[in-house]
Amino acid sequence: MEYHLNFNFVWKYADKLWWGLALSVQLAFVSILIGCVIGLALALAHSGGNRWTRGAVAAYVEFVRNVPLLLLVYLVFYGIPSAGGFAYDATTSFVATLAIYSGAYLVEVFRAGLDAVPRGVIDAGKAIGLTPWQRFVELRLPIMLRVVLPSLSNAFISLFKDTSLASVIAVPELTYGANWIKTNTFRQVEVWLVVWPIYLVTGWAILAALRQLERRFSLGRRR
Amino acid sequence: MTEPLVRIRGLGKSFGPTRVLEGVDLDVGRGEAVVVIGPSGSGKTTLLRCINVLETYDEGSIRVDGTEVGYDGPPGPGRKPRREGELARIRADIGMVFQLFNLFPHLTALENVMLGLTKVRGMPKAEARARAEHWLARVGLSDRMSNLPGQLSGGQQQRVGIARAVAMEPKVLLLDEITSALDPELVGEVLSAVQQLARDGMTMVVVTHEMTFARDVGTRIVFMDAARVVAEGTPREILVEPRHERLRSFLARIEMKGH
Amino acid sequence: MIDFALRTLPFLWDGLLVTLHVSAVVLVASLALGVAAGVGFAYGPLWVRLPLRLCSDVLRGTPLLVLIFCVYYLLPFAGLNLQPFPAAVIALSAFKSAHVAEIARGAISSIAPGQVDAGKAIGLTFAQRLAWVVFPQALRRFLPPWVNSVTDTVKGSSLVSLVGIVDLMLAAQQVIGRTYEPLPVYVLAALMYFAINYALSVASRRLEARFAYIRE
Repeated sequence: MEYHLNFNFVWKYADKLWWGLALSVQLAFVSILIGCVIGLALALAHSGGNRWTRGAVAAYVEFVRNVPLLLLVYLVFYGIPSAGGFAYDATTSFVATLAIYSGAYLVEVFRAGLDAVPRGVIDAGKAIGLTPWQRFVELRLPIMLRVVLPSLSNAFISLFKDTSLASVIAVPELTYGANWIKTNTFRQVEVWLVVWPIYLVTGWAILAALRQLERRFSLGRRR
Repeated sequence: MTEPLVRIRGLGKSFGPTRVLEGVDLDVGRGEAVVVIGPSGSGKTTLLRCINVLETYDEGSIRVDGTEVGYDGPPGPGRKPRREGELARIRADIGMVFQLFNLFPHLTALENVMLGLTKVRGMPKAEARARAEHWLARVGLSDRMSNLPGQLSGGQQQRVGIARAVAMEPKVLLLDEITSALDPELVGEVLSAVQQLARDGMTMVVVTHEMTFARDVGTRIVFMDAARVVAEGTPREILVEPRHERLRSFLARIEMKGH
Repeated sequence: MIDFALRTLPFLWDGLLVTLHVSAVVLVASLALGVAAGVGFAYGPLWVRLPLRLCSDVLRGTPLLVLIFCVYYLLPFAGLNLQPFPAAVIALSAFKSAHVAEIARGAISSIAPGQVDAGKAIGLTFAQRLAWVVFPQALRRFLPPWVNSVTDTVKGSSLVSLVGIVDLMLAAQQVIGRTYEPLPVYVLAALMYFAINYALSVASRRLEARFAYIRE
């Protein structure tokens, strides 16, 4: 088949890709921050709460984890505004969706993290006279964060890949940029030959950086 | 006569259907080192953990320096358990060293000792650091101050635990089987540290299996069995010339295990 | 409201059948490829393991949507002109295979090497050892996580809606296109996905519990 690779068309619109990539990373980052707040809050609610809170948290987690992300994206962007009568822009909607989505996974992560704080360490905190709030801030929280860091890293990279779905509601991230270039230049081969490696390399770079961070914060086998 | 530093009367506690402490009376005077011995399940660790209310008690009274620790008043109708905020303040003056060390894994040895000083005693950082360094030096760990617990041996971790408790300048120090989790060759360094503290006049209540320690450091030995205090006396009276049947068989079992 | 739901149900049901069809094809393909790759990871020489590792890392490092686009647009360039349906299924299967390979590798390597030695000692060939020694034991470590991963396949199948295949997702959107009532239809579709996946995850937990009894 006659087809001459011509990347010039792609380079001409490269800024769509770079800005798209930046937006993808930002979307993942903001979503995981909010997701962490949700996940931590619900994990605390679950461990401290009664049957009803635990049931509510479990219901939320089960629902979000068993429904496709694509459906959630549409549900939040098209479904909710139609019922509520208001509208929000695509980016806000997507961040909200991804935050809710990641929150459900992170509840499990934070529950494991909270459990990982040894009872004896809390006893020692009590023994030197720390108040419950001090025990949470000085002991539970720092230990838990160090324990959950690997899972958080994996979640962040997952979210980065999930940001490609934002393209379906026209959020100008990397996949949307790729599709835009494809539609406007008909260079579908070249654009995906460029964008596919961008996703791979970015993902691997983030992974390497996060592994470094984990080593810095590990609980002390090596400093 | 002034009240002893730790005064326990009629202490009782149940865990569900099981009685773990029954009618325990104990006095610990200033500067005394009271050693509690007994078989597992006798209640000795529970007794210790009641003194700083890591375990609650159901009946009786524990007073440290005149203050009832677990409740807002003496035994009687209508007394209420202390709330966490009050407990925190009371515990600040009672030190505890644990069998499993329980060091804060995310903090260095120095930071472990400093945490109580800055957050509970409200000391400025520089002063807390100076005091922490002093106590770590006293237990022989000046060169290990920036290490995390994961980088320290068991004996070193336990000595940090001792420094952490003692740096708070508690009125009484509680030692809960502090050498039981250590390899034998590491036990000596920990016991020397504690012996030094006893010589310097620290009031302490010690639960231990180490009979040599009980004999060398204890001013008084208490033998517990099945939730009660069975015998009490000087090291000589309890260890060398035991008079109670159960005490004798307990000591014989310990001897056979090679202690 | 109920009346409305009943009227949309037939369309959604047809979409659901397509979803199940796609999922089933992907499951079978990814199971075969994934287990083969898992065996390669566990027992293969370096010149097998390295390419497998590379493929696996690439597949797992690519967003599924991007992979579908790449397969759809790049394969024709390599000479293979594909319809949307096969392209999507190939992309989904490749993606899933990488995950299944990880699960399989974990299950297989958890078998004590002594077992393989014993198999060799009684003269079994590699294929026989796999069939009679390794797989029966690896199965119980493989099954629970794999059943759990089936939910990912079903969820991933929703992306075929973006290349024009009328699965549950696209059926829902078509219904909305006619009725202009997004929320109830999306909720209904969500409940249908939920029903399938929740049943699968409960099954996976039961399997895990049942196999936990058989401890060696």
